[in-house]
Amino acid sequence: MIPNLNNLPTFDTVGVNERVKRFCTRSIKKTSKVEGLKLALSMIDLTTLEGKDTKGKVQQLCYKAMHPHDTLKDIPTVAAICVYPSQVGVAKKALQDSNIQVASVATAFPSGQSNIEAKLSDTKFAVDQGADEIDMVISRGEFLSGNYQYIFDEIATIKEACGKAHLKVILETGELDTLDNVRKASEIAMYAGADFIKTSTGKIQPAATMQVTYVMLNAIKDFYLKTGKMIGMKPAGGISTSKIALQYLVMLNEVLGEKWMNKDYFRFGASSLANDILMQLVKSETGIYQSINYFSKD
Amino acid sequence: MKKNINKDIFKASWTYDEAPESTDHIQVKKQYELYIDGNFTKPIKGKYFDTINPSDNKKIASIAEATTEDVDKAVKAARKAFKSWSTLSGKERGKYIFRIARLIQERAREFAVIESLDGGKPIRESRDIDIPLAANHFFYYAGWADKLTYAFPNRNPKPLGVVGQIIPWNFPLLMAAWKLAPALATGNTIVLKPAETTSLTALKLAEIIHESGIPKGVVNIVTGAGETGAEIVNHPDVNKIAFTGSTGVGKYIQKATAGTNKKLTLELGGKGANIIFEDAAIDQAVEGIIDAIFFNQGHVCCAGSRLFVQESVADIVIQKLKDRMETLMIGDPLDKNTDIGAINSKKQLQIIENYIKIGLNEGGEIYQPKCNLPKKGNWCAPTLFLNVSQSHRIVQEEIFGPVLAVQTFRTIDEVIEKANNTPYGLSAGVWTEKGSKMFYLTQKLNAGVIWGNTFNKFDATSPFGGYKESGFGREGGLHGLKPYVKFE
Repeated sequence: MIPNLNNLPTFDTVGVNERVKRFCTRSIKKTSKVEGLKLALSMIDLTTLEGKDTKGKVQQLCYKAMHPHDTLKDIPTVAAICVYPSQVGVAKKALQDSNIQVASVATAFPSGQSNIEAKLSDTKFAVDQGADEIDMVISRGEFLSGNYQYIFDEIATIKEACGKAHLKVILETGELDTLDNVRKASEIAMYAGADFIKTSTGKIQPAATMQVTYVMLNAIKDFYLKTGKMIGMKPAGGISTSKIALQYLVMLNEVLGEKWMNKDYFRFGASSLANDILMQLVKSETGIYQSINYFSKD
Repeated sequence: MKKNINKDIFKASWTYDEAPESTDHIQVKKQYELYIDGNFTKPIKGKYFDTINPSDNKKIASIAEATTEDVDKAVKAARKAFKSWSTLSGKERGKYIFRIARLIQERAREFAVIESLDGGKPIRESRDIDIPLAANHFFYYAGWADKLTYAFPNRNPKPLGVVGQIIPWNFPLLMAAWKLAPALATGNTIVLKPAETTSLTALKLAEIIHESGIPKGVVNIVTGAGETGAEIVNHPDVNKIAFTGSTGVGKYIQKATAGTNKKLTLELGGKGANIIFEDAAIDQAVEGIIDAIFFNQGHVCCAGSRLFVQESVADIVIQKLKDRMETLMIGDPLDKNTDIGAINSKKQLQIIENYIKIGLNEGGEIYQPKCNLPKKGNWCAPTLFLNVSQSHRIVQEEIFGPVLAVQTFRTIDEVIEKANNTPYGLSAGVWTEKGSKMFYLTQKLNAGVIWGNTFNKFDATSPFGGYKESGFGREGGLHGLKPYVKFE
């Protein structure tokens, strides 16, 4: 049943900005930095979501996912590959022997402007192809016109169609306009059955920001305090450097704490972040920044 | 939302390696002298006392102790300088003050490190708050120096003469700036005494003032303990006393100056109410509670040391507050990650520990996060007292440490009554997303400063000061000029 949205906590932008600034001034150095970088790498959903995606491109990305940088020892693989439904089969096959998950966007990604039947069949197709995780979008138009029941039903229906696959619900915070709306959409998604809530498609600016992620992490915390159920968080889009990723992890560490500090409950939706992390890891091992040309671009 | 709150203990597993600010760029001498009449001079009696680093109780330097003769010398120098300084054009006075502001900015990092070494506050605060705000005050009042006739139209403002200023140890440089900048801008000359545990940045400021080329005798800085302060207060040729510190000493000063012609402003203690309504932005309010009571280890006269939470949200607010306290990092003040530094002195630590004992004996429910306090030095874990009432001593008296007394309330009238039920009246905080409620509260609360949806924010343009036993007179803003002028 749709939760009561009248007594939701509100958010004050000035206060949120101030809080976020403090996460960013934590100084992460030495072993804590290496630890953080490895953790961030293991949380990446390596993503390609383009009209021009092909079998070849996806296969190359999958190899990169399994072998981020073979000359570095003791580094994890990424958490998942994130692709369109049509490429799920390709990715699944390429990743066969690894523990890397295949995530697929679905439900008329990225705009969500279609009917529920089309979204359902989109989802079912991805699941049938072997997707382990489904990244759905909500209908922002319906949300902004106050039709919250529609959003709740939409998510619940897709969740059912997911079967065993995990459901990540993309709120597209860049189109929700206010932090209070982000909080409200998070509440609906969690009660409707989301396993993860996710900020953005990456197709709309602004994509993930620390401010909206902070609001969503607090929504997750409130939900956990009420129900005991842990929901995961995925900021996506715009997180391209190690420094920013570490700041997100500081925020995760200090808002939700150790239970969430793993890839089961936190992911980064990103494409260029992996190489920046690798570059930092090499630097911390050798003391030298290598040229970007030493890091494979797939 | 009330009952089934999950009681799992929050843990932040990822610990950050130390990130200390380096100290090799700072210059601290072994011994500091008095700054009188434009010279760094030895105290006449030749006595010195130690200034201690409160995070390890090691000596940093020797500080000159000013006695009767030194204070007299300083007042005479200030009197002599007054004649030309008070008749210098506002524009010229402003130039010197601007120069001091710029010099503070140029040496901001050095000041920040010394402030944290000598006083124990985290470098995050000295670097981001104390030092920039101190420069901000000099810049702001430098701007007023040639515009005093516009500040007080048709009133012909004139300086008072020699001003004695006595400042506390909680914001050493910032309080010096609050006191010096408006007094200089209005054409007064000054004898300033920093607190005995935190003289270093005031003496560094003396170096900057010297460097600024300001005429000799305009600013005199004498160091020492309460006795030195009393010498200033009781000196017959001082025209005004400006004091920031405890209410006890404030009462003494008011008695001592009664019947004399000395003007007086006092900025004293407080027991600020921080009020969280059910319609507040809860997560920001929790952060506001942290800023209100744990800022500068709670050594803040305007600290929000009494928390009032509306009963309907009390459980969730307290749960989130406890979780947030688990993430506070207590330790080396020079570490960039430190949230809470060292207690300023052994004496203050004893006062705080005594209050914690009192709270326990009164039956308060204590909560402290699991944190490893360093072995050496003066440390106190951030502390909550739950289930207390207005009748508890820890609710009534100023503790001046990281100890928060938490009470709940049901209605607006109830919380207004309780918030005002204190001899103090310095600060208050109100957390609600409802504008009309906010404005209603600002009319009803007896406090000099009321923050709405924030806490412990300061700016040179904004007046600050108290009601009741929290003192009188305002510092900052246009209002801050008035205590330093007379009208003819």
